[in-house]
Amino acid sequence: MKRFTTALAMVLTLAGAASAQTLINGAGATFPGPMYSKWFSEYKKLHNNIQINYTANGSGAGIKGVTDGTLDFGGSDAIMDDGQLKEFRDKQGVGVLAFPTVMGAVVLTYHVAGVSGDLKLTPDAVAGIYLGKITKWNDPALVKANPGVNLPKSDIVVVHRSDSSGTSFVFTDYLAKVSPEWKTKVGAKAAVDWPVGLGGKNSDGVAGLVQQQANSIGYVELIFAVQNKMTYASIQNPAGAFVKPSLESVTAAAAAAAKTIPDDFRISITNAPGKDSYPISTFTWLLIPEKIKDPAKQKAIVDFLTWMLKDGQAMAAPLTYSPLPKEVVDKEVKAIAKIK
Amino acid sequence: MASSATTAAPARPQRRASFVQRFFSGDSLSYALTFLAAAVLIAITALLVYELWSRSALSREKFGFHFLVTSTWNPVTENFGALPFIFGTVVTSALALLIAVPFGVGAAIFLAELAPPKLSDGMTFLIELLAAVPSVIFGLIGIFVLVPALLVVVPPIKDALGDHAPFFFSGPFYGVSILAAGVVLSIMIAPFIISVSREVLLAVPKDLREAALALGATRWETTWQVVVPHARRGIMGSIFLALARSLGETMAVTMVVGNNPHIVTSLLASGYSIAAVIANEFAEASGMQSSALIELGLVLFVLTIALNGAARLLILATGAKGASR
Repeated sequence: MKRFTTALAMVLTLAGAASAQTLINGAGATFPGPMYSKWFSEYKKLHNNIQINYTANGSGAGIKGVTDGTLDFGGSDAIMDDGQLKEFRDKQGVGVLAFPTVMGAVVLTYHVAGVSGDLKLTPDAVAGIYLGKITKWNDPALVKANPGVNLPKSDIVVVHRSDSSGTSFVFTDYLAKVSPEWKTKVGAKAAVDWPVGLGGKNSDGVAGLVQQQANSIGYVELIFAVQNKMTYASIQNPAGAFVKPSLESVTAAAAAAAKTIPDDFRISITNAPGKDSYPISTFTWLLIPEKIKDPAKQKAIVDFLTWMLKDGQAMAAPLTYSPLPKEVVDKEVKAIAKIK
Repeated sequence: MASSATTAAPARPQRRASFVQRFFSGDSLSYALTFLAAAVLIAITALLVYELWSRSALSREKFGFHFLVTSTWNPVTENFGALPFIFGTVVTSALALLIAVPFGVGAAIFLAELAPPKLSDGMTFLIELLAAVPSVIFGLIGIFVLVPALLVVVPPIKDALGDHAPFFFSGPFYGVSILAAGVVLSIMIAPFIISVSREVLLAVPKDLREAALALGATRWETTWQVVVPHARRGIMGSIFLALARSLGETMAVTMVVGNNPHIVTSLLASGYSIAAVIANEFAEASGMQSSALIELGLVLFVLTIALNGAARLLILATGAKGASR
């Protein structure tokens, strides 16, 4: 009996300790992983009793985890489709909210003999290359956009991601918007049936292939290209301007799309209007259930989101993430109140 | 109470002691423990098959047997077929064996029969080290060393062949290819063939060698006509162990094979394998795609069993031939 009381006391003490320390678990998209690590560790410095963990294991895992209720929140580079929203509602009995956190872009990196400067690509050229219709570097569609550049008459070696990834989702989503043929023949998803090209595993694999193969082209995240000092192309946006991907041109795309952002933030901002917008830009989202049962967790998540939108945004640029434009931040601050 | 205990005591402890004694004396205990070890492994295998079977239900119901003969893999339209992956897995493994078997068996014969013992021990140690290298390292070596090397070696051969190039050696070559995967796999599986075959050759009874030499056979004749045929089953066994490893290899293959889910006729083109596509797509898959990937796992399992079964039949057949001679 005495042993039992001791054990009970120990359990109660442990439970007491746990309630003082609020533990929040999340997982998902790999692209914002470094940003989230930074935020969560900075936030822990300010609020010692709140521990937020994040495992960067892919957008699919984030969506699945938050839907099954094994995670407190998920991270995703892809918006949840209607089927996924319905599945969430069926399993959890409430809806799910999406909050954009930072932004990124997909850039086209290339390795072409004699072309060192800025390669310019039109949407038709990008779609044509990935559909396998433009096969030579001196194709008229490429030459016309690059006057004065000596493009070789070699075959284009096309490289894409072989693993499922948010990067591929953003890129194929863009292609589906600019090319009706891509939309019907291939479509937009984290993994698709690529009409042509070599598959590299992860961004490293794509970068390795592009470096190794002469006359090649591939796509990676802007951050990855910047960190690895890769050359990347300017893309023509819907306003007709060729825009080089940068933190500013990505934020500009979100600002240009801000008016059309719905209240649930489910929007793809690829091919955004505005002459400064880089057309292959994207938000990355935190997925949070509408109703959080544990009041301590609910308060911690709400407080963190408020902090992230106010102080956290300033930490984005040094890590080469594009911060959210003011219009989006204001809209999100209002949306936080929906978390009950 | 104390008195009744003293009267009953002598008989019972004696009987119990004898059972315990018998149990711990070895036979029963070792039977129980080894049975448990075997049973656990079989239970795990059964559980694995059950899980693969039940979780692939969605895909099995939708595609049925067409799954095995369809060559589409389209996650967007959710239309899945396993044929390109089965093809890639079998072709890369076959190519690996084609390269690794002559090298491996040759090396084993040298190490077991011809090399001076000191050299043999040293070399065997190094070869066994090779077997312990993680596969991702082989993949990196493949990307950074082998693929660039192939890009230097292959184009001149292709040019020399010109229009006479056979169909399996034609088309554009970008380095990452079925050929590269086969070569990397062959390097990975050769140590298995060498080290097991060497042990088997060393286990051939001395009497046989002496008898052959006494009959006037040369050392090579003794090795090739007496020792190697005697060790044939063991050597075959080592080859099938290597085959099993190459069928399931994931990391190294996906890094150099090019990950192209279409059936190609040229070794220079890029392909795909079952293990590689599971590793590539499973993390982000859900619903039908996830189910189809699990069914691919089941297919790989069955493929391994089928090839192993075929291997056993082959060993039986060659064994019978050897006996009748």
